[in-house]
Order: sequence, then structure tokens, then C-alpha cells
Amino acid sequence: MAQSLFDKVWNAHTVRNLANGQTQLLIGTHLIHEVTSPQAFGMVRDLKLNVQMPHRTFATVDHIVPTDKFLEPFADPLADAMIKELRKNCADFGITFFDRSTGKQGIVHIVGPEQGITQPGTTIACGDSHTSTHGAFGAIAFGIGTTQIRDVLATQTMALGRLKVRRINVNGKLRPGVYAKDVILHIIRVLGVNGGTGFAYEYGGEVFDRFTMEERMTVCNMSIEGGARAGYVNPDETTFAYLKGKPYSPKGAAWDAAVASWKAVASDPGCHYDDVVTINASEIAPTVTWGINPGQGISITEKIPDPKTATSVDEKSSIEEALAYMKLAPGSAIKGTKIDVAFLGSCTNGRLSDFQEVAKYLKGKKVAPGVKAIAVPGSQGVGLLCAELGIDRVFREAGFEWRDAGCSMCLAMNPDKLVGDQLCASSSNRNFKGRQGSPTGRTILMSPLMVAAAAITGTVADAREVFNVSSN
Amino acid sequence: MSLAKITTITGKAVTVPGNDIDTDRIIPARFMKCITFDGLGEFLFYDVRKNADGSNKAHPMNEPKYKDATILLSGANFGCGSSREHAPQAIQKHGFKAVVAEGFAEIFFGNCTTLGIPCFTAAREDIAKISAAVEANPALEVTLDVANQEIRFGNQRVKASVRDTARDALVNGRWDAIAELIEGLPAMNTCAATLPYLAK
Repeated sequence: MAQSLFDKVWNAHTVRNLANGQTQLLIGTHLIHEVTSPQAFGMVRDLKLNVQMPHRTFATVDHIVPTDKFLEPFADPLADAMIKELRKNCADFGITFFDRSTGKQGIVHIVGPEQGITQPGTTIACGDSHTSTHGAFGAIAFGIGTTQIRDVLATQTMALGRLKVRRINVNGKLRPGVYAKDVILHIIRVLGVNGGTGFAYEYGGEVFDRFTMEERMTVCNMSIEGGARAGYVNPDETTFAYLKGKPYSPKGAAWDAAVASWKAVASDPGCHYDDVVTINASEIAPTVTWGINPGQGISITEKIPDPKTATSVDEKSSIEEALAYMKLAPGSAIKGTKIDVAFLGSCTNGRLSDFQEVAKYLKGKKVAPGVKAIAVPGSQGVGLLCAELGIDRVFREAGFEWRDAGCSMCLAMNPDKLVGDQLCASSSNRNFKGRQGSPTGRTILMSPLMVAAAAITGTVADAREVFNVSSN
Repeated sequence: MSLAKITTITGKAVTVPGNDIDTDRIIPARFMKCITFDGLGEFLFYDVRKNADGSNKAHPMNEPKYKDATILLSGANFGCGSSREHAPQAIQKHGFKAVVAEGFAEIFFGNCTTLGIPCFTAAREDIAKISAAVEANPALEVTLDVANQEIRFGNQRVKASVRDTARDALVNGRWDAIAELIEGLPAMNTCAATLPYLAK
């Protein structure tokens, strides 16, 4: 019978059925970081357990690292305690740690793929909801809580209910100046922030067939913002070409065997999906959020919603709450809204191609006076490649601060924070109240090129106009 | 490891209204700079409860009449966003034993169940009935019945569901899966042997 990739991977990793009807699922790759793992190691020790597969457990440090100073100890003693704790836990249990001294440190969802750890047909768990990123390779990857990290550390398995699968086709061709970020913001706008609850999203169609791995990662990354715990793209030649020669990719005869098995794991033609949604690529515009969740998005050319035109009481109150927090006027244009900060980075848009694309247009331009613009490569590897290509220089010359790798201002657990009610044009993934470190700070999500356009004009702007974008 | 069988929860309730209440709102990221979960309870909903100077904002949880509440009532898509277990930990350490909402985000739901916090899904109008009754009488005892999937308060009762797998785990005292997972280790090794990428 024709099966989806989800079914094949789930079945291959099913250890047994549990009494309550959930599955004991084998987690082949466990990624850990400093924020959600320390308590899990504490639980493992308290229960006198051990780490079951240290060779399948990989650590890095990302959330709390300062991006402007490399030296340790960190100024923040709490952050310093967290990195020390992770070092100790990795040493105690024999876990590979991509520490800052290795040159391989970075955001966990950028490190896994660039090391070739993220592979098709595998299961990947990490105590971070953006683990869905790794689905870009045709893996079933999802975020877990700390008690579940304990479960995976101790048993390499966890208890989980099977997800349904929704196929999302994006067909046709994206218009110039429209990026992967716009695709996922559009999908979330259409299906809602909880439309994916209980589902894994399988992304496909002509747009995904043409997408690079980095573009696929950007979309899969934000699956969780649409409520879907996992999102994936079937592996293809683009996937294999990306993985070839990566440090942890199979080599020699093992490579050929792996590619054969990866091809076989893709969804079969005619397989069952619990739901199918088809989107026309030409309808997708450069998209920006105006509210306090990632589903509250509009095209850059649209007006900010007016609660008076809401179709339900719920919609009305959610628009009112969002506009009150965002200090935006109903019915007015989002374009032209003054910004204070521009943030380019995060596990959504902190990869080489994100900086490369912006650099193409940024040469000779300057960040507007009064705007704080920071560019934060997602990993030391990305930073190094940008340096080799002179991309960091383009950003610096334009007036961006070029930083070291980390999560930075996406969630502001390090010193990079908004102040007061500053408005940030951000390439990150969440515009929740207080997300970027100030309880009254405001976030507008957008693509990297739109962030650059905002940085240069000092306002929310249409990158197509600012940079005269005529073709991608 | 023997776990409590969680069949009913009785206590006072408080409503934190709104849809899409995310985990950043439940526990802001800056309070996650810790290596234990101790003390997280006091930071629950911090930025919506407190001003920058630490004084109280108008928020139901700041009202003395709700201070003993052990049941949290809310809207749709509760707990969306990050996978941080710090969110349910903060809820539990603050003294809440259960959450009733119109719906829950997936990861949050699983994290709660694993901590023995039942997440009840109920219809909006039914949650509104409970809220109204609690507002009229904050001392009102509300009983959440996991096994029978209903909520009783005063002389009223409304339907409320707990997903089958979670309900089974709660009422049978196996909401923390670790014992079962350990029991499955031989089967895990058998399964692992079929997956080439797991070889050392």
C-alpha cells in the first residue's frame, strides 16, 4: 500500500505500542542545548539512569551566548552557569558538544544540517519547538519538553501519539522579491496559528521542488507557528547534493546505500493524506506581521486590519488586543511604520543564503540614522563562510553590527534585547508580546530582504521598491 | 516508580481570558536562565501580571479572591509557541493542578500530561458558565472529573474532554512514561538494530 514519508519513518521507528495507546518511538538523533537540558540531566541522575546512546546525542550552545563578546566568563552569571552545566553534562556522559571553541557552534537547527547530522528517514527530537526545521531533509523532527528530554536521554525513546498528515502544495512560481519566509507566513495566515494542531505538514509542489535546502528549512522551521509539531519535505536530489561530503554524512559505499534508502523513504505516489491544501505561489506577496502572533500577517501593500470589519467577536477582540499592544492604527498602511531595530538572524533566517541574498542588494546602502541594525549568523560556520565571501564587510559598511553566532534577539535570552516599546523589523519566527526581551517590545516578522529594506529606510518598507527587485 | 492515579481534581478556579496565550507569556524567556525548575511559580504570567517596577497590573491572578485557585480556565490554543517545559512547570509550581481551555497547543499538552497536569478541552460557552459561576462566588468548588470527562460546579455540570491517551495515562497512574519506556528497552534495541544510521 502506498505510504507517506511520515508513515514510513514512524513505522520504522516504532518500538512498541504503549498501554495508553501512544507509541514508544525510537528517536535516532537527539539534539540538546543549554536551556532545556540541564533539568533533564538532573532527572537522569536522580533516577540513577544513564544516557542510552551518547553517540546519537549532539549538543551545542545557542540561546544564552552573547554575540558581541567571545570571552568567558559571561557577564551574566546565570548564563555562565548554564554553559558550564552543559559542558559538565556532555563530559560526564560522553556527548559530542559543538562548543564555542570548536568553530562549529551555533543555533542547534543550523548546526545539525551543516554537520550532516540531519538526514532523511530519521527521527530527530530536541527540546526546542523549532526542531521542525530538520524536516526539510525528510526527517520526522519535533520539539519536546524537558521531561521528554530525560526520556530520550535515558531510553532513546519517547511516548508519542501518531500525527495526522496534511499535504500542502505550493504550485506555480513565486513573484520577484517573494521568499521562503513569505511562503510560510502566508501558509500560517491561511491555515491559522492552530490549524496544524495534531498534524505533521508535508510541503510539496513546484515551489518546494525548486527550493534550496535552506529555503525548505525556513518553511519547515515555522511549522510549529502554524500549530503543526512537525513539517517536512520529501528528500530529493537537492537534499542529497546538500548532504554529500558533510562531516557526518555517510561516506563511500555507505553513501550509496544511504541515498538508496533515502529515495525509498519519500512519500509514495497516491498515498493517503488526512488533508490536502493547495496554494498558488503567485498569490503570495512579501508578507509582514502586524499583530502578536505569526498568523496575524498581511501583504506589505495591504492595510492593517480594522476591528470594525471583523467577521466574529473573537476576531474583533484579537485585532483590538494586537493593535493596542503594537500601537498601530486600524485601517492604515503598515508600509511606512517607523522602526527602531532591525534584526537579521535566527534559526528561521540565519543561514548563508539569507545573508548572501541581502548582501546582493545592500552594497552602497546605509542603515537609516537612529536604527540599530544587527546581523547575527546562525552558526560559526555561517559566520566563517560570510567572512570568506566578504559578506560581513558588506553588512558592516552598510552600518549593521556584525555579530557572533547565536539565537540572539529572536528570544533575547542573551544581552541582545529590545528596550521599552521599540519596534523591531525581524527575520525571526515569533512576534509574541515581550518575545524580544522587553515586556512592551514590538516585533514585525518578515523576510531577510524586507528587514534590510526596513533598516535602510527606517520604516517598514517594500523591499521590491527599495532595492528595485525585478527578478530573484 | 508508582504514580498517583489522577481521576478527579477539586478546587477553586480562576479565569485568564484570551486566545492563543503563548508560552512566552506564560513564562518569559528571561526567567529560563536557570538549571533547575525551582522557583518558577512566582514568574508565571509575569509580564502580564507585573509592571516594570514590580507592582501589580490588573490581572485576575493578582486578585486576592483568586489566590487559592488550583484550576486555570482560558481560551483557544492555550500554550502555543515554544516547547519550554518551564511553562507547565511554572503553572504547577504556582499551585495549579489542571487547565481547562477551548484547545491546547500540541507540545504544551504533552508536557502538561507528563507532569500529571490534566488539560481539559471544553466548549467556550461551558467555560463561560464556569467562569461566571466562579466570578459570582470565587470560593466555589469546581470538580474536574478526568475519568467521566465532565466538570461539576454548584448544581451544574458540563462536558469536558481529555484526549484518550492522556486520560488513560492520568487515571491509571502512568502519566510519567519513564517506567514503561525503560521496560521497552530490549524492544528499542531490536528496533535500533534495523536502522543503519544508529550504528556506532
